[in-house]
Amino acid sequence: MANDVVMHTHGVCKVYNMGKTKVHALRGVDLTVRRGEMIAIIGASGSGKSTLMNIIGCLDYPTEGTYHLDGVQVENMTKNQLADIRNQKIGFVFQGFNLLARTSALENVELPLLYDRTGRKMKARTLAREALRRVGLSDRMDHEPSELSGGQQQRVAIARALVSSPAILLADEPTGNLDSKTSVEVLSLFQELNAQGITILIVTHERDIAACADRVIELRDGLVIRDEAVADRRNAAHELTTISVPEAAPPS
Amino acid sequence: MKGSTLIKVASQSILKNKMRTLLTMLGIVIGVGAVIVMVAIGQGAQSQIQNQIDNLGTNLIVITPGSSSSGGVSRGAQTYNRLTIKDADKIKRESLYANAVSPVVWTRTQVIGGNGNWRTSINGVSPDYIVIRNWPLKSGRFFDASEMRAMRRVVVLGHTVAEELFADSDPTGARIQIRNVPVEVIGVLEPKGQTPDGNDQDDVILAPYTSVQTRLSGWSRIFQIMASTPRPGDVPRAQEEIAAIMRESHNLAEWEENDFTVRNQNDLADAAQSTTEVMTLLLAAIASISLLVGGIGIMNIMLVSVTERTREIGIRMAIGARGRDVLTQFLVESIVMSVIGGMIGVALGFGSASIIGRATGWSTAISPETVAIALVFSASVGIFFGFYPARKAARLNPIDALRYE
Ligand SMILES: Nc1ncnc2c1ncn2[C@@H]1O[C@H](COP(=O)(O)OP(=O)(O)OP(=O)(O)O)[C@@H](O)[C@H]1O
Ligand SMILES: [Mg+2]
Repeated sequence: MANDVVMHTHGVCKVYNMGKTKVHALRGVDLTVRRGEMIAIIGASGSGKSTLMNIIGCLDYPTEGTYHLDGVQVENMTKNQLADIRNQKIGFVFQGFNLLARTSALENVELPLLYDRTGRKMKARTLAREALRRVGLSDRMDHEPSELSGGQQQRVAIARALVSSPAILLADEPTGNLDSKTSVEVLSLFQELNAQGITILIVTHERDIAACADRVIELRDGLVIRDEAVADRRNAAHELTTISVPEAAPPS
Repeated sequence: MKGSTLIKVASQSILKNKMRTLLTMLGIVIGVGAVIVMVAIGQGAQSQIQNQIDNLGTNLIVITPGSSSSGGVSRGAQTYNRLTIKDADKIKRESLYANAVSPVVWTRTQVIGGNGNWRTSINGVSPDYIVIRNWPLKSGRFFDASEMRAMRRVVVLGHTVAEELFADSDPTGARIQIRNVPVEVIGVLEPKGQTPDGNDQDDVILAPYTSVQTRLSGWSRIFQIMASTPRPGDVPRAQEEIAAIMRESHNLAEWEENDFTVRNQNDLADAAQSTTEVMTLLLAAIASISLLVGGIGIMNIMLVSVTERTREIGIRMAIGARGRDVLTQFLVESIVMSVIGGMIGVALGFGSASIIGRATGWSTAISPETVAIALVFSASVGIFFGFYPARKAARLNPIDALRYE
């Protein structure tokens, strides 16, 4: 079942050199993610969750260890190769949305395809519309981020992460800036996408968010201390229908 | 990214910061505008001088005594003048290319007539002179060869002299006194304006050189011989031919240097032209400094922009932009800004140059090359001053850029 493995890290270490002192953010992380999994990474503040995510997302290099993503070995790649990997194999969702200001939702979602080197540039518009439709924002395509609610902005960001059909979707505290109801909405979207077969990795502080995943990995001081399946998985979509908070009027 | 996408992305971010873009472009606008105006004034002066030189006469050849190697004013030439009527006649007779030849002598003196008196220069010439100088008559006629041979006391007035002595009335047929010799005015010349070095060419009286030599100056020497060819292309050949005729006329041996100098209009023009070229260059150089300052303005704004948009750069890199993509984006941005600024500057320069031209009476000229050079130059300013900030952006680490607050 080796071809089922989307990504695999072995002995990944990350050391930050702060002048005289060295910060060991990761001390040897082994992690295997299979296709179709939805994994939550939890741990106390400073345990190395974001550091791990950034390495998995090819935004940062590991100091030590190996990393395979979708069949390719990543850790020794050049900057340009990493850029292409980020472009084609990874969808990243940030806590702070990270959308381009004064740029419409559609253009934001299109953006990854403008840097695409596999010939999908021509279809950028169509693919972007499709991605926005998938996150339920067909009616907000021409809105700029400042004209969207936090939840909507995060959904645009998710659409942008999805648009190039990546091997894995990474989300670092995607609900960190959202209120609880919107959080549930976004989680429900992740679950929906996961049900469609997308592999998802979510970093979170909160155990009840982690409960939405099917597997939880806990980090402490840069080491994996727990890696187990979720026994009683939460269904966010179901919760949405039961907690009946009136929907806030969409900003005009 | 494709070129069109690049331009689109660049113009989007330029349009998103209208005020800042405008202020940045202002530097380039003023720089290019200043260069255009300065060059326009310089080139205007050049073409004005060219006009004046053309006015000297078509295809003019001037023969002066003294060798060119000694600057035409060697002592030998001064003490023993070697230009004679015989030389002029021989050139007139033998030259195939030069169709008009005139000896020239001159003297300055007071003339009395009409309403007053006036100090001016009396040029003794032959009837060919007005052909050589391409100088039409305003009224009356020029003297002919028989009048010249007969040493008739007839003169033709330059425009300035005619105005000074006779104001608005036509002096043709009037009598004036030159050094107490009464002479008859038979014609008036069209105005010709100033020489390149600022002398009034119309402040002159033309008379048969025979009369000037015998009755006015009393000298027998000839100061200059002027000649001209019907076709401009013949000037160099005519010069060679005249030199040969002159050597023969002066019985110069093979080993002897020319004791005369044959120059054409271009030789005369060159000196004046190079002066204005230097002036144009100087003006353009001064104006270029403002373009440089404009370029530094672009660099400054682009640096601020890179810092300000570090997050944006991080986002673009996180979703797959390569360093080169970011570099080109910022480079294209600064080029688009500087080229648009350059175009506005060209338009502004055009406008200012024509306003200045009208207000001061200076002639101004803008050649297409000037415009092209200005635009290329402003694009280069964009590339040059945009490169450092763009490279700074491209070298950012995606993770550091994303974390940047
Ligand atoms: N750029 C950096 N330079 C130096 N040390 C860093 C850097 N980034 C993170 N660290 C350190 O590495 C350790 C792990 O940080 P990381 O951001 O991965 O924690 P985290 O689990 O994401 O925490 P949180 O839940 O607060 O986001 C921390 O001790 C942090 O101080
Ligand atoms: Mg974190």
